[in-house]
Amino acid sequence: MTFAGHQPPPIFNRGPAPLVRLLLFVSLCLMILVADLRFRYLEVLRQGLSVATYPLQMAAATPADFVRNASVYFATLVRVQLENADLRRKQLGSGERLLRFELLERENAQLRSLLEMSRRVGVRSIAADILYDAPDPFARKVILDRGAQQGVEPGLAVVDAAGVLGQVTRVYPIQSEVTLLTDRNQAIPVQVLRNGLRGVLFGIGQGRLEVRFVIATADIQAGDTLVTSGLDGVFVPGLPVAEIESVDRESDAFARIMCRPLAGVERSAQVLVLGRQVLPPPRPADEDAVPPAKPVAAP
Amino acid sequence: MQPTNRSSRILLPVRLWFIHFSLLIALGLVYVPTGRLPGVPDWVALVLAFWCIREPLRIGMGAGFFFGLLVDIGQGAAMGQHALAYVVLAYLANGLARRLMWFSALQQALHVLPMLLVSQALMVAVRLIAGAEFPGWSYFLSSFTGVLLWWPLTYLLLLPQYQPADRDDNRPI
Repeated sequence: MTFAGHQPPPIFNRGPAPLVRLLLFVSLCLMILVADLRFRYLEVLRQGLSVATYPLQMAAATPADFVRNASVYFATLVRVQLENADLRRKQLGSGERLLRFELLERENAQLRSLLEMSRRVGVRSIAADILYDAPDPFARKVILDRGAQQGVEPGLAVVDAAGVLGQVTRVYPIQSEVTLLTDRNQAIPVQVLRNGLRGVLFGIGQGRLEVRFVIATADIQAGDTLVTSGLDGVFVPGLPVAEIESVDRESDAFARIMCRPLAGVERSAQVLVLGRQVLPPPRPADEDAVPPAKPVAAP
Repeated sequence: MQPTNRSSRILLPVRLWFIHFSLLIALGLVYVPTGRLPGVPDWVALVLAFWCIREPLRIGMGAGFFFGLLVDIGQGAAMGQHALAYVVLAYLANGLARRLMWFSALQQALHVLPMLLVSQALMVAVRLIAGAEFPGWSYFLSSFTGVLLWWPLTYLLLLPQYQPADRDDNRPI
């Protein structure tokens, strides 16, 4: 600011007024927020800066690791023995099922080749440990100890022994972030195991799940098991996801279907990251995805 | 500079590297994975508010913005969420700095509490608009635990400035 050609002395010069600076910074923050939340432009920036903050994060995670390991170290011998016996029993049971599974798989492959159907997609899997809950209190996410270096990619399914747990949403060099099924922004295409009815399962927060957009007269009932349908081209088909708890057909044109996840969504410690070995062919472009309806000749 | 403006004790001037060092330590504490434990104080917000009140000419919205982005990246939160909250927090703290320096630590803490709550409320508003789920009222507990730590934090962060100017003054001879 100049008055009659005089510059103010530099000791009084403190830049723009605080309110102006506040408005500048706030608008900058809002721009960043919209770019990140709405358009997902900032993943590259996030990856780049996360490399810089990584040493600090590792140093901060050390005490947590120590506490975790210490609790394992002080576990009593009796408990470990009990767990061991339990695991042996389980292994025997699943070993017997595995023997039969191999036979069935071969039989299935032969039948499919007889019927000239395409082969089922192969599955590759990465074992991982859940390190801790992600600190962001607004989402239900966990951090795994496997990342891009071990071949984890965004979009892969994460399962535990009982069913689907969530989906990998962000991958760091040696860690990855998994959004749990119960997160509010998480959706997964499913079908009813009993009759193949398809739907989409949404997380609705507070640890609950809901199947939306299934008409009220559909054949679906409490106790049905939902498995992944694989129509999304991301998940492997046939993984158990949830069990239906209640179906309310009165309220709307759509049934209100509440579900309970089968996997220990907020409890598991060891998980598998599952991906398709071969990616499905790319989707056709939007314009020619749906061919214009041809008039059907009346019979 | 005195501990408060009512005190007659003259402190050593603050070193700029110590301000940034303490903010980095606070950042490291925020990165400690505590899971869903409620009431873990937001260390960066606390230390930032402290320096914004002590040194309004050196620490302000720029530092808030920068460290906010780093917290966002470390927590996997939406980019700009903490940055926005810290910028507003720094503005409020800078604005009240002259007044707060006349108060004792307890009275300062009572002024800092609403600032922290406003910054947390901003974050909740941003994420709710973006479609996240409400984290529950216990989310705001971290402001209260943070304010409880205001007095020990003041003592700790002013400790380097309490040293005498001449090292011989408290050396046993």
